[in-house]
Amino acid sequence: MSVLSTVVSQFINGLQSGSVYALIALGYSMVYGIIMLLNFAHGDIIMVGAYLVWITMSILGLPPAVGIIAAIVGCALLGVFIEKIAYTPLRKSPRLSLLITAIGVSFFLQNVAQLIMGAGSKTMPTIVSGPNVRLGSVNLSFVAIVTIVVALVSMAVLTILVQKTKMGKAMRAVSEDMGAAQLMGISVNKTISFTFAIGSALAGIGAVLYSCAYPQASPTMGGMLGLKAFVAAVLGGIGSIPGAMIGGFAIGVLEAFVSAVGLSVWKEGVVFAILILVLLIKPTGIMGREIKEKV
Amino acid sequence: MKKKMVHIPMPWRYVINAAAIAVIFLIFMVLSSAGVITNYYSKILMLIGINMILAVSLNLATGYLGQLPLGHAGFMAVGAYASGIFMRTASGLPTGLAVLLSIIIAAVVAGIFGFLIGIPALRLKGDYLAIITLGFGEIIRVVLLNIDSVLGFNFTYGAASLKNIPKTTTFTVTFLCVVVVCFFIHTMMKSRQGRAILSIRENEIAAESCGIKTTYYKTMAFVASAAFAGVAGSLYAGYLGILNPANFGFMKSIEILVMVVLGGMGSMIGSLLSATVLSALPEMLRAFSDYRMVAYSLLLILVMIFKPSGLMGTYDFSFTRLFGGLLGKKTGDSTVGKESGE
Repeated sequence: MSVLSTVVSQFINGLQSGSVYALIALGYSMVYGIIMLLNFAHGDIIMVGAYLVWITMSILGLPPAVGIIAAIVGCALLGVFIEKIAYTPLRKSPRLSLLITAIGVSFFLQNVAQLIMGAGSKTMPTIVSGPNVRLGSVNLSFVAIVTIVVALVSMAVLTILVQKTKMGKAMRAVSEDMGAAQLMGISVNKTISFTFAIGSALAGIGAVLYSCAYPQASPTMGGMLGLKAFVAAVLGGIGSIPGAMIGGFAIGVLEAFVSAVGLSVWKEGVVFAILILVLLIKPTGIMGREIKEKV
Repeated sequence: MKKKMVHIPMPWRYVINAAAIAVIFLIFMVLSSAGVITNYYSKILMLIGINMILAVSLNLATGYLGQLPLGHAGFMAVGAYASGIFMRTASGLPTGLAVLLSIIIAAVVAGIFGFLIGIPALRLKGDYLAIITLGFGEIIRVVLLNIDSVLGFNFTYGAASLKNIPKTTTFTVTFLCVVVVCFFIHTMMKSRQGRAILSIRENEIAAESCGIKTTYYKTMAFVASAAFAGVAGSLYAGYLGILNPANFGFMKSIEILVMVVLGGMGSMIGSLLSATVLSALPEMLRAFSDYRMVAYSLLLILVMIFKPSGLMGTYDFSFTRLFGGLLGKKTGDSTVGKESGE
């Protein structure tokens, strides 16, 4: 295989994992944009999504389409449920309390999953399969193409949703200024719940795509995945939707190339080093807005 | 309603506190020699002590300085490895001296790391500071895991764990370290430096315009916090006898933060109490082993929902205030009638 084809195939690999990171990063970014919360439970919602796919397909023996829908709807409902139970009572509290609650929810989801499903990992069934595509001398896996296409379509739909619909306008208004949005007659509670639903549904899609690439589900799978997606969100500029996409793809491609040159053990180190560099040079990330501090 | 209190003069406060600490220590010693504190309980007590140091040291950065570092386990790891590597090579020294040196080395090395990380990290604020320290903490873990392949010889032993560290941590050593660390932090917070640190928490811009060198004091608090985490790491190395980078991941940092927030940020007694409860709770719940972590996480969520400021808020316990209050009640008049700040 020539150098060029290696580079191209690694790039595709990177885009594949980057798509998953981007979808998860969107959830982090949207939630942060609207209530300024680093939602540490987001990674564990992905874990729940993966288990939902596993239950519907391996236990109930239903077709993949049902599994995918179960994951997306289940994650969206779970996201809203968590927001209602754990975050709404704390909306006026110090932000650190909210953060600790998110961590508590994350612990809770992990441990409940461990209690119900056991600590070992479950092998996921095949969700999508198809022939590999040859592009010149590069062999593209079907799963990679599906992953990238699904991610791009989800992002396009999300962008339209946020930019063109009434609910999207409400979301942008609430993240701009919650008090003023409320005065304009926007139901803040409904908008925040909706944001959580969308973010968690994207996590559900991310869970399905992740399960296609790495067919294993375990109670702690959300930890590192969530953390990397979070880095992607910060890299792109937390609170910004296009930023989260760019950040996700960047982290995925970077990881793929670091692994390709034989430094795969340093993969996580490089991701966090990039994070630190970005924060030192441009703390608001690639697409983030500068917020001036008022005295 | 102002309570009448007797103002206890300065040297006596130290005497009262020292006596109280000595009494507590003696009670533990008597209990352990009477066989009430078995080996198992003394292990738990040591773990509580280590977690206490971690909690009060993070409380310095979170509660008093008002920042949110999420990489505290990284400093603990640095201290633990520094002390572990030292103890493995220092077999010739007498144990007491070696332990003392290992703790000092751990504190100094962790403090240096705190300085190196604090300088860039403290330029950022709020969530960004949290994220950057999270990044540094993870990098420390990854480096400890993989440094041997770069160095070409066995230094931290990576994933294979640093083994055969002499198990020198005893209850006495842990107790003394807790006392010394608490004393340091307490006196620091009562000093000019401490007031500067508190003013930064209250309003950084106002503090700066009053002529407080905010960068200097922020770095100082951060370095002190890291150094004390190193002390805890050193004790941890001698407690377990084996170190693995996986023990110092992001979850460990979160565990420490949970202790601080649950106890109430800026309250030392809160940190001490919640470190005790949260270290002992998993052991107490061993009978329900499957459900204990679920219960732990539920407890965390419920406390935050119903008492967001933590169990103790910013309240701090003080022996002298207690005695001052008691004496004031007994005499019942306004001998001095002054609020003793301690």
